[in-house]
Amino acid sequence: MVFFLLKMAFKNAVRHRLRAMLTLSGIVVAILAFGLLRTVVGAWYAGADAASDKRLITRSSISLVFSLPIAYGERIRQVPGVSSVSWANWFGGVYIEEKNFFPQFAVDPVTYLPLYPEFVLDEASQKAFIRDRRGAMVGRKLAQRFGWKVGDVVTLRGTIFPGSWSFVVRGIYKGRNQSTDENQFLFHWDYLNEKIRTVAPRYADRTGVFVVGIQDGSAAAEISQQVDALFKNSLAETLTETEKAFQLGFVAMTEVIVQAIEIVSFVVILIIMAVMANTMAMSARERTAEYATLKALGFQPMSVGSLIFAESMVLGLAGGAMGIVLTYPAVRAIGGALDNIFPIFNVADKTVWMQLGASLVIGLSAACVPSIRAMRVRIVDGLRAIA
Amino acid sequence: MSGPAVSLRAVAKTYWRGGQPVPVLTDISFDIQHGDFLALMGPSGSGKSTLLNLIAGIDQPTGGEIRVDDVDIARLSESELADWRARHVGFIFQFYNLMPVLTALENVELPLMLTSLNRRQRREHAQLALEMVGLAERVGHYPNELSGGQQQRVAIARAIVTDPTLIVADEPTGDLDRKSAGEILDLLDRLNGDLGKTIVMVTHDQRAAERAHAIRHLEKGELSALEVAVSRPVTSEREGGG
Repeated sequence: MVFFLLKMAFKNAVRHRLRAMLTLSGIVVAILAFGLLRTVVGAWYAGADAASDKRLITRSSISLVFSLPIAYGERIRQVPGVSSVSWANWFGGVYIEEKNFFPQFAVDPVTYLPLYPEFVLDEASQKAFIRDRRGAMVGRKLAQRFGWKVGDVVTLRGTIFPGSWSFVVRGIYKGRNQSTDENQFLFHWDYLNEKIRTVAPRYADRTGVFVVGIQDGSAAAEISQQVDALFKNSLAETLTETEKAFQLGFVAMTEVIVQAIEIVSFVVILIIMAVMANTMAMSARERTAEYATLKALGFQPMSVGSLIFAESMVLGLAGGAMGIVLTYPAVRAIGGALDNIFPIFNVADKTVWMQLGASLVIGLSAACVPSIRAMRVRIVDGLRAIA
Repeated sequence: MSGPAVSLRAVAKTYWRGGQPVPVLTDISFDIQHGDFLALMGPSGSGKSTLLNLIAGIDQPTGGEIRVDDVDIARLSESELADWRARHVGFIFQFYNLMPVLTALENVELPLMLTSLNRRQRREHAQLALEMVGLAERVGHYPNELSGGQQQRVAIARAIVTDPTLIVADEPTGDLDRKSAGEILDLLDRLNGDLGKTIVMVTHDQRAAERAHAIRHLEKGELSALEVAVSRPVTSEREGGG
């Protein structure tokens, strides 16, 4: 009987083709929009999600704008539990024009690269990058975006550090997984420091942040406290936190936007739930006499209710499946256009599960009221609905 | 099959409208024997459809006792009644009430879904029922591909496919032209005469009523004293309550 009822539910679902198509389109668009908005939210947190629990970031306790003496690195390395220390400085240069934004960091390659194993680069390119003080290592997506190849000269116009800065691309790294940012531009801190020393010596030998490698992620809080204690009451006090907390600090600045997007994503689902509920209520009302007939023939109210639930689920899941399938090309297309804003823009597994869950909820919620009504309708009243 | 097929004793039905009781049936008592073909007639609002619904177990009386094959159906729960209807009652409605998304064969198969028959057996039974109503060639047709008369024949096949104790027909010819109505009445005749089916039919049509063994008139919720014997002899239908 289950198969028979399912077959009947499927036929009922496509009985009014135009209505079914419009409802289905609505669900597809809603699930697609939901998936895209969730992907945007996910992209916002991508940096934090990709952060390693074995990396700490030490920065000025006042603000990121203030740099720290490079000499701090040696003292941090002495803290028990610290396995390695490197540093990075935000450069903020412009490539040709302002709109070509991408993150650029002056780093110490020898210590920095081992701390970021997710940046996959062959050994020869790594050596070439380390050897060349003007060398740069760029992400695969960034290189694709501007058509850079190894050996190309890339010139950036400095904004924080004025002047024209030329670099030679020595390596193009790939991300170890989908969540790795492949839009970064890394170059030698020495090259930056050398120039600063000549034009503004009091700003030389400083860096924006220290990246601290630790042996045990669970000791992060303790080590952070010990690092900060080293520089307490100094001219440049530090704030050490996990890389995840550091990244979330950036997200917090725009958290209201993220929250708004999250709310909109759920509102989209609520709207389609209302539309779908209306469709199912209309369909069920039109078929009152059929449901009464089934009950007269001896079908239990639960079977009649299940018929409506099955029909609603057919529409909800079919629309949901199509929406999920369409999310992938849509995210690829949008991700390509927003590459400079969201370096990591992928459909997460969690998003797909949420889309599937939303489809189920749409189907189930839309069927609730009409099912209960059909189950409760008195046979004689239902049969009268035909005349 | 010693007792009557249907036995009604002091059956009453009252609806409540706007807080006021509206009596529809009062003190109805009579028996219908196995193999009878009874027509219920009366003006609109006389309560004949309500009486049919009570006999068929799709409505509950507010008083009295209705026994079908010695089962007091007024005491059954909704769930028990549904099971009982599936086994004992075949329905024929004025507007056929077929499922538009199912073929003729699937419509006839529908009541068999509630039995323990397997798919092949269900198909065989449904096919046989359609053959009996002369629609063997139309098994794959949807209701909207059939004429009114053919749809009603599918409905009759659906009513007989489970071999029920009782067939109830509510204005079975009410939506049909004269020729189709005649064919449907011929079919009911055959079901009653050849297969011995007990049939209770509500009709406004005197010609349809004359096919029955007996006619009972309802007037303002009460059975008229007059029982009209028609062309064929009344076999067993008689006054109840004593």
